[in-house]
Amino acid sequence: MSNPVGSVKRGPHDPTRAHPGSRQAEAEAWLQSLRSGGREREDAAARLDGLLVKAARFELLRRRAQWNRSGESLDDLAVQSADSALSALLSKLDHYRFESRFTTWAYKFAILEAAQLARRRAWQERELPIGPEEWDRLAESTPELAAGVAVRDQLRRVMRAIQTQLSAHQREVLTELVLAEVPIDVLAERLNTTRGALYKTLHDARRKLRDVVGSEADD
Amino acid sequence: MTDQRQTPDHLLRRLLGPAGPELGCEECFELLDVYVEAELAGADAHGRIPGMRAHLEGCPACAEEHDSLRELLSAAESTPLPA
Ligand SMILES: [Zn+2]
Repeated sequence: MSNPVGSVKRGPHDPTRAHPGSRQAEAEAWLQSLRSGGREREDAAARLDGLLVKAARFELLRRRAQWNRSGESLDDLAVQSADSALSALLSKLDHYRFESRFTTWAYKFAILEAAQLARRRAWQERELPIGPEEWDRLAESTPELAAGVAVRDQLRRVMRAIQTQLSAHQREVLTELVLAEVPIDVLAERLNTTRGALYKTLHDARRKLRDVVGSEADD
Repeated sequence: MTDQRQTPDHLLRRLLGPAGPELGCEECFELLDVYVEAELAGADAHGRIPGMRAHLEGCPACAEEHDSLRELLSAAESTPLPA
């Protein structure tokens, strides 16, 4: 991680312990440049893009197994992820609250975009694994896993509650996300909704299930 | 599904999710940088951002992104990011 702004010195090694004043100055310099016009803005955006490409590469390397059969190169995917991250970030500059280093704030955009891209590549040729006709079968078969009696009983009650207490949409979301382990952003894309909306549905479904099994499951 | 995830205990936990208040995915993303820096600084990240830990338990995608940001910052502390 190079110092993006020449006149501001980083604290030694630990970015989280850098002098608060220098972090503030660094962030203000980034914001000022990115909000300016002309050459200054272009230069800052290019420097930031360079950092985002590195962060995206880091993330993509961790997830190589998810995308390497797509035939695309690491560099292409990193640049794609960084481009998406940069435009998302530039539209959200007002969300930055000076509570972290500016670069930390920026990196999370690159990680999100690279992670989503890799997960989508991993699932791009795959159907959602579970159609409604299979929900019952899964709910029936899963508790047959070897387990202690108490856990097995609880699991049976949960599986029954999935069928009797949840709405069709809640059942679909819970089944795909939890039983089939479809990544939430992939499912959101397929169902034409957002990750936040899907998680809300999952959260509500889980709360219903917890109500069913009662406080004994709350560990 | 991996073997680890197939254990009934783990499946039950994933079906029921974390008890107690938790953030949603958007709020999680909004605060992820602050949370991770607090963790790396040894500060009380959970106390500072209640509901984040529960969300990371309940949401595998956000947990992955949390782990990645943490790893990235840790790696950047010791060596510059590879070109
Ligand atoms: Zn989430």
